[in-house]
Amino acid sequence: MIYFNNVSKVYRDTVALDDVTFTVESGEFVSIVGHSGAGKTTLTKMILAEENPSDGTVFFESINVNKLKNKDLTKLRRRIGMVFQDYKLLSNKTAYENIAFAMEAVGKTEEEIASDVPHVLELVDLSHRVMHFPYQMSGGEQQRLAIARAIINQPELVIADEPTGNLDPVNTHEIVQILKKINDLGTTVILTTHNRGVIESVGKRMITMENGKIIRDTKQDK
Amino acid sequence: MWSYAIIKEMTMITLKRIIKAGFLNFKRNGLISWAAVLVVTITLSVITTIILLQAVLHFSLNQIKDKVDVTIYFTVKAPEEKIMLLKSSLEKLPEVAAVSYTSADEALKLFRDRHANDYATIQALDEIGDNPLGAYLNVKAKEVSQYESIANFMKSDNALVSGSTSIIDKVNYHQNRLVIERLNTIISGAQKLGFLITLLLVIISIIITFNTIRLTIFISKEEIGVMRLVGASKMHVRGPFMIEGAIYGIIATLITLAIFWPATAWLGVKMTDFLGINMYGYYLSNFFQIFVILSLSGIILGIISSFLVIRKYLNK
Repeated sequence: MIYFNNVSKVYRDTVALDDVTFTVESGEFVSIVGHSGAGKTTLTKMILAEENPSDGTVFFESINVNKLKNKDLTKLRRRIGMVFQDYKLLSNKTAYENIAFAMEAVGKTEEEIASDVPHVLELVDLSHRVMHFPYQMSGGEQQRLAIARAIINQPELVIADEPTGNLDPVNTHEIVQILKKINDLGTTVILTTHNRGVIESVGKRMITMENGKIIRDTKQDK
Repeated sequence: MWSYAIIKEMTMITLKRIIKAGFLNFKRNGLISWAAVLVVTITLSVITTIILLQAVLHFSLNQIKDKVDVTIYFTVKAPEEKIMLLKSSLEKLPEVAAVSYTSADEALKLFRDRHANDYATIQALDEIGDNPLGAYLNVKAKEVSQYESIANFMKSDNALVSGSTSIIDKVNYHQNRLVIERLNTIISGAQKLGFLITLLLVIISIIITFNTIRLTIFISKEEIGVMRLVGASKMHVRGPFMIEGAIYGIIATLITLAIFWPATAWLGVKMTDFLGINMYGYYLSNFFQIFVILSLSGIILGIISSFLVIRKYLNK
């Protein structure tokens, strides 16, 4: 599904990614571990074409994402659900409207929105928070809302970039369980974290990064 | 056809959503929205004040212009048909707005009326017995600058029936010439200055409004990025902000119109003598035009400012 071919990224003098090559198959749950600055976030940004590689190519299925025009880029991003460490919710919209906005963006009808939003809020256990604004919710709740938004349009891939970075162990566990559930339903998940403990509870493929290089991939170990 | 109908319906849904989101954002932004409305109101008030000032200026200038004229005095013996001949040829000049004829008898009557309390003068007049005054033509030009050419026309023989120059006693243009020329300079200067000040004030107001709207959108800078990440099209992100801008314009128009209602009423009562024009009457009789000017400038200002500001963040 995703192919990184000898991808490098250099910001002035600092090397963020150094000759990275790996493949993610459809339906996989891949965790990327590494310290801050190891290149995890740069990696995820490359998939969304928020950053262009200095060298090498990134493919999403048969699409070279760096050659996409603005309009096609929007289409690509609609196939990917994103979850961020700082949630990136729309602060002046309620939980319901945050999810509805993502559906409106892809042109869903009012009926579809009215029937799908309660379902997805139930899936992340936020049925009691429908009309609350993000600032009225806890960190864990906000992150669950962000996940609900990421999966509402049935993306083929969910990228969670340090989703548990701001959360306590209980909430962290919940988030990871929700991501696993999403993966069980058939969606490919890429999770990045600097907290090895998070990954161990998942028990799936793990890629370890250091200084922009992949130093270990459990899939190749097998 | 089928897909066309679907696309049309989709556009309608999107439009409805954008408008709804615009109103919701306006409501939720609370104080910030009202601050923006206030600034647009100030801009529109400046525009309204300029409209009213232009009316006063225009009115005063017209009054001054109206006081300027050229009078052609004829000799006492001048035959009336020759004067009428000259009158009709003057009326044919494109520069001439109106020519009025005052006969010798009328001139005498006016003179007597004017000096009714001046016993000595009246007595002297009675002593003479005969009417010492000649008839005269009063010529008004369309523009103050055109008096010169009318005066020149009077000098040239060809304009008149042969020999008729002899019936003209004097033309008072040359006595008034300096005054007329100065007035002309002042009037065109006042018009130019008025236009420059208007332009300057409007530009300043637009810049202030633009910056205020920029601030309101700056607060949503992060959200714009998030919307794009979620996969919203540019129009879906930009639309609600433009609607918000339009709402600023509409509300500001209503507030401005409401403020100027009592303001002009007060001016109408207190200042009509000073200004020479009843502001309240002017405001009411031009209400529709003022409404159109204000709402168009308000809405266009709001929409275009939002559009330009958002563009910066969308392309990031």
